[in-house]
Amino acid sequence: MDTVGTLFMPPEGSTFAGEIDSLFYFIVYASMVIFGIVLFGMLFFGLRYRHSRHIAEATTPGISHNTKLELVWSIIPTVLVLIVFFWGFHVFMKMNVVPKDAMEIKVTGQKWFWSFDYPEGVTTVNELVVPAGIPVKLLMSSQDVIHSFFVPDFRVKMDVLPNRYSVTWFEAKRPGIYNLFCAEFCGDGHSEMIGKVKVVNEREYAVWLEEGTSQGEGLSPEQLGEQLFRSKACITCHSAEGQRLIGPPVNGIFGHDVVLKSGQKVIVDENYLRQSILEPQADIVAGYDPVMPTYQGLLNDRQIDALVAYIKSLK
Amino acid sequence: MNTMPEKHYLNEKRGWKSWLFTLDHKRIGILYLYGIMAAFLVGGVFAMLVRLELLHPGRDLMDAKTYNQFFTLHGAVMIFLFIIPSIPAALGNFVLPQMLGAKDVAFPKLNLASWYIYVVGALVAIYSIYAGGVDTGWTFYTPYSTTTSTSVVAMTLGAFILGFSSIFTGLNFIVTIHKMRAPGMTWFKMPLFIWGLYATAIIQVMATPVLGITLLLLIMERVLAVGIFDPAMGGDPVLFQHFFWFYSHPAVYIMILPGMGIISELIATFSQKKIFGYKAIAFSSLAIAFISFLVWGHHMFVSGQSQLASMIFSFLTFLVGIPSGIKVFNWVATMYKGIIRFDTPMLYALAFLFLFTIGGLTGIFLGTLATDVHLHDTYFVVAHFHYVMMGGTVMAFLGGIHFWWPKMWGRMFNKKWALLSWLLIFIGFNMTFFTQFILGTKGMPRRYYNYLDQYQPLHAFSSYGSWVLGLGFLIMAVYLFYSIKRGPVAGNNPWGSLTFEWKSSSPPPVANFETEPILKHGPYDYDKIIPERTYS
Amino acid sequence: MSTPAKHSAYLAHHFSDSIQQSDSAKLGMWIFLLTEILLFGGLFVAYAIYRAWNPDMFYNAHKYLDVTLGALNTVVLITSSLTMALSIRCMQLGNRKRTMHLLLVTLILAGVFLIVKYFEYSHKIHLGQLPGKYYTFTGIEGNNPHIFFSIYFMMTGLHGIHVLAGMGVIGWILKRTSRGDFSPEYYTPIELTGLYWHLVDMIWIFLFPLLYLIG
Repeated sequence: MDTVGTLFMPPEGSTFAGEIDSLFYFIVYASMVIFGIVLFGMLFFGLRYRHSRHIAEATTPGISHNTKLELVWSIIPTVLVLIVFFWGFHVFMKMNVVPKDAMEIKVTGQKWFWSFDYPEGVTTVNELVVPAGIPVKLLMSSQDVIHSFFVPDFRVKMDVLPNRYSVTWFEAKRPGIYNLFCAEFCGDGHSEMIGKVKVVNEREYAVWLEEGTSQGEGLSPEQLGEQLFRSKACITCHSAEGQRLIGPPVNGIFGHDVVLKSGQKVIVDENYLRQSILEPQADIVAGYDPVMPTYQGLLNDRQIDALVAYIKSLK
Repeated sequence: MNTMPEKHYLNEKRGWKSWLFTLDHKRIGILYLYGIMAAFLVGGVFAMLVRLELLHPGRDLMDAKTYNQFFTLHGAVMIFLFIIPSIPAALGNFVLPQMLGAKDVAFPKLNLASWYIYVVGALVAIYSIYAGGVDTGWTFYTPYSTTTSTSVVAMTLGAFILGFSSIFTGLNFIVTIHKMRAPGMTWFKMPLFIWGLYATAIIQVMATPVLGITLLLLIMERVLAVGIFDPAMGGDPVLFQHFFWFYSHPAVYIMILPGMGIISELIATFSQKKIFGYKAIAFSSLAIAFISFLVWGHHMFVSGQSQLASMIFSFLTFLVGIPSGIKVFNWVATMYKGIIRFDTPMLYALAFLFLFTIGGLTGIFLGTLATDVHLHDTYFVVAHFHYVMMGGTVMAFLGGIHFWWPKMWGRMFNKKWALLSWLLIFIGFNMTFFTQFILGTKGMPRRYYNYLDQYQPLHAFSSYGSWVLGLGFLIMAVYLFYSIKRGPVAGNNPWGSLTFEWKSSSPPPVANFETEPILKHGPYDYDKIIPERTYS
Repeated sequence: MSTPAKHSAYLAHHFSDSIQQSDSAKLGMWIFLLTEILLFGGLFVAYAIYRAWNPDMFYNAHKYLDVTLGALNTVVLITSSLTMALSIRCMQLGNRKRTMHLLLVTLILAGVFLIVKYFEYSHKIHLGQLPGKYYTFTGIEGNNPHIFFSIYFMMTGLHGIHVLAGMGVIGWILKRTSRGDFSPEYYTPIELTGLYWHLVDMIWIFLFPLLYLIG
């Protein structure tokens, strides 16, 4: 199995990745030929006609042009780029026409995480789980600024806009875990807006969906909270080990005073934590920017309880 | 032995007032040169800091906020304060009237005003750093730029003001080229650098006002929330991208066309040979200028614009590539059967051919719809435009600086140090940026403060390259400034070139020529004349 | 003063003759006007796009513009263009006094234009028909009527700034005319000001139907 990719390209994870790579390498080789000609001309003429090889000063031949030669070096590149253009357009249309039988997942980008809504009612954050061998259509929009959904291994990229839906699709070839990047600059957490695409086989996918609707059974609230702290991307901006990231660290704060932007002091209790998750703009900790989006609708009560329990347990 | 002329434009008048109120295009060119060199230093320091931060994943020396401001400032300073004015405003101002055989540009007062506008614009832009910095990237994409807490207004206002400087320079050059050519200099006897500046000036005049109104709208959006670009107010953020690239793609050709003009001069002079395909080169400049207005949408293949629009923009993009390719072949063909000397300016011309060809060819990957989807907004794009802007324009600029340096100051720099510096810059440049092609194809997105471990070796190599590059520039700064006072006297025509500016003394007199020059031969008639080199 | 000395008074040292000088000045002005058109072009494009997207809102909102005042201003500006053109003609004929009178009339008409604009603006400010987030008016149906007023204020505002700049320039050449700087041999600055003023007029001729007469 190809897990490394070629010198330039990452592994081919989607059905159309191979076609893009063929075109890519066609351009690479054609470019190398053209570059070789230019380089050879430069070096050969430079050495052959260098000044020190001339015995006496002389005028040089007044070659003003050569129509045949010029036609050749105009027409051949033109033909080449036309081939590349049509080839590129052909593959581009394949990448843009969504197969009719594709399953649909709603993608939401916001500062700075991805969330995925499945028609079955499951919602995930920063982890897109899809079955291999089935085309997946992504219906995408943004809550704030422009983001861009980019999975290098699938050769898929599409901007995610705040005032409209954009669409892309892919069909993953085989199970595995693939990186998902935000490719449009979106602020302080841009480079942390990294998710995973987890491709599983159809049977595993069905099991996963089943579990998704009853997530976290059999875990203690603290354990579930720890899991959610990662999976819901809290960890992108909040450290559980005391570092200052985009947001304040969350360990050792419970029961202590915190100074707000307004200069006011409040004590961190369950209600403060709950409000900070659901209405993050209400009380901003002094020294931080009001950039956190609301988690309203992304977490149910049980999950909020678990997160609060987890934060309480952190020293 | 060469001797310095007794009176010339540098010593005719003295004192800072004689500089700040000068109407002499040569002195205004020098003023610009100081301005852009300062900008290049500032932009370069930002670049080095950005590369230093990227040495390892995670935090090395700054947080994400600072990093975002640094890469934004690097881009904005390099583009608006350095590259756009570099060749036209600094070298163009110094050389253009001399090449035409004119005493000055058509509107000397407007010319000085352009410089002051440039300074004011630069100060306003730099003020934004004190007012909280800017973290949008130099592209100012909405709605990020309308919602971020940083001082976007100061930076865009600075760019808006700088736009006027650019417009007035372009206007001045067009009129000068049309009306002030020496007797006998018909359009097709003009040196090709003039053709390059002419095509550039057309773009400056036609595209910059659109940038002006775009930035004005952006400022209005931030101040009044007018609802043109901000989706929260019913506006369309993608419309901003159309407006922005309608200027900023032609702006790429504002940057490269004058550089191509310089390369034509350098290759002909140092091959001592008639330029191959004069008309093809001249017309391809105009063709590029014209088509450059029709390709802006190739920056937006994944922005959600219609597939039909993307197809048309892709097609037109390939059309604009052909004239550039033709130029490269013409330059190589010019070397055939020449008498080639590898003086410093020629070395930069050859570096240009090498790097610009790579830059141009990698553009094909980005103009092609299917491959662009993968490469858009990755390091591949970063590498591509650095090969074009730095490998192209900056190499041409450096070639031009070394070429006209003895004309500016009357003295020659040290060629051995120049060779060392050239080598370091050429090697350092490729180390820094070729790695970024691979980073990009492997999926590394641009404008990332942090990155996954798998990209670390390439990032580190790129950062090492930036140190080699920086060292090369440092050496250059030292030997160039040293030569102003202490270099050996160069004589009127140290390179044996046939264009007008070499007929006068070095440095030239205030009025450029002792007597009004009359054109007796074409700029590249090396088949008829063996010009004498006053320095070897 | 002898004639050659008078010549050199306005011929800059770097030109070889006065034809070259005046040709250069005119070409420069035409290019400048081109940049002005492109500057407004951006706003016209924004107008076209938003009108195409919200035809009904534009129709409803435009009813709140005062066609009578707009038409009055159109007449005022066209008349001022005429007086401007006549002032150039008078200088060609060497009638300095009349040139000054006509320039003064042009200046006054430009002032009238701005006064009318002031009344239009203050009425809208009073109603809260303001751009963007300052828009408080509630009587217009359709999506985002504030965008219409954003575009209205930006287009007429930018145009108003050009009228103001034009008044400054006309005042300046008026002063120079009274000082005796111009003659039938040399009146390029008046001619250039005329070109600029016609452009300002022409832009209004486009703005008036586009904003006031949406049908």
